[in-house]
Amino acid sequence: MMDHKQLLPAYLDQELGIAAAIAIEHHLNGCSECQAEYAEQRAVSARLKKDATYFKAPASLARRLQRSLRRDRSPSVGFKALNFDWLRAGAGSKAWNVNWLGAGTVAAFALALVWGASLYLALPSAQERLTEELISSHVRSLQVEHLSDVASSDRHTVKPWFNGKLDFAPPVVDLASQDFPLEGGRLDYVNGRTVAVLIYRHRRHPINLYVWPTSDRDAAPQAQDRQGYHLVRWTLGGMKYWAVSDLATNELEVFAGALRSQM
Amino acid sequence: MTASEKARRFQAIVLPHIDSAFNLARWLARSEQDAEDIVQEAYLRAFKFFDGFHGDDGRPWLLTIVRNTFYTWYQQNRAQKEDTEFDEQVHSGETEVSGVTQRLDNDPEALLIQKDARRQLERGLKALSPEFREVLVMRELEELSYKEIAGIVGIPIGTVMSRLARGRKQLAESLVSTSRVHDGP
Repeated sequence: MMDHKQLLPAYLDQELGIAAAIAIEHHLNGCSECQAEYAEQRAVSARLKKDATYFKAPASLARRLQRSLRRDRSPSVGFKALNFDWLRAGAGSKAWNVNWLGAGTVAAFALALVWGASLYLALPSAQERLTEELISSHVRSLQVEHLSDVASSDRHTVKPWFNGKLDFAPPVVDLASQDFPLEGGRLDYVNGRTVAVLIYRHRRHPINLYVWPTSDRDAAPQAQDRQGYHLVRWTLGGMKYWAVSDLATNELEVFAGALRSQM
Repeated sequence: MTASEKARRFQAIVLPHIDSAFNLARWLARSEQDAEDIVQEAYLRAFKFFDGFHGDDGRPWLLTIVRNTFYTWYQQNRAQKEDTEFDEQVHSGETEVSGVTQRLDNDPEALLIQKDARRQLERGLKALSPEFREVLVMRELEELSYKEIAGIVGIPIGTVMSRLARGRKQLAESLVSTSRVHDGP
């Protein structure tokens, strides 16, 4: 069991769940040792954010990589050109680099293979992370009573509300007749971008429908359960949809089906 | 995936993160030229293994490769790495790019008047061991989540947290001691 002091960095970085964060807050009020520790951590963190240089890649490096890649697009030239370009670019600079790309190519390749495999195992998949992110967003929307930025059951009110707030227009469908009345919409930040969220309700259960544009191909609905919540996701017409709710999975799938039939 | 499709996807998913890649490499290697070499090498690897990448977010994936590339290089150069000052002199001698910070390292006069908060902070960060430096850069500059950092470094989330705490603490202590040396009685 971790004590309060150990959790301070996670509190500072807003990485704790609501319950744990509240516990730390209570503890901080009465513990001067933790207050001092927290103040120090926060000061250093703020200074790093403010004063430490963010080194942007030199334009020449970006151009070199771009060039190599463009060349690689013509299928007849293939990967060798990319490789060669890098080899030449790196040759003048450092002994280790020449070793790597010259004599050490075989060794490098073997090593890279091992890395490739370990990378793949070590990283949680993007899908996994997105699922988690959506569930916590869903939970947050319920906890802070911040379900809707625009509360309306009229799709002609909800749809225009998104105008100018997003670089895409989410389709807004009302499903009141199927017992999934539209309740409103809001903006949220998920997967590194601003997304549209449409709120529906089935009996007493709210459904958050997250929508954002994608270049992926259309994909049929897929259901998944996590931490007592149910998710159904699909891709249609250049949009990704994720429905999150505590509704039973089959009811959520009915919802997805009803929605898709009107798109 | 055809070759051109692969290149197109790579361009869309991995290439845009070149600044993140460079920033991490630059803070780890502490030299402009080495950082460029590391990023180039990392992109070469990334392209080679791109077929095995199925996610949407290329940044943590790329940073994992950048980090691994750095550590290989670091281990090969370990003999020279023992002494931080020496390391920085070696590299600043060979490059014209790195500007103020590295010239200052070699300039006794400038060292005496080094009160600038920014420089102090950066010296402190540079002097941390790479295991602390990398988590601080990923958290404070790249704003990655604990979970993403854990995935990139290959450690549990709890370890990310404790390394951040220790790194910040060491940095705070180094800032206190340098300001005492230069500003104190």
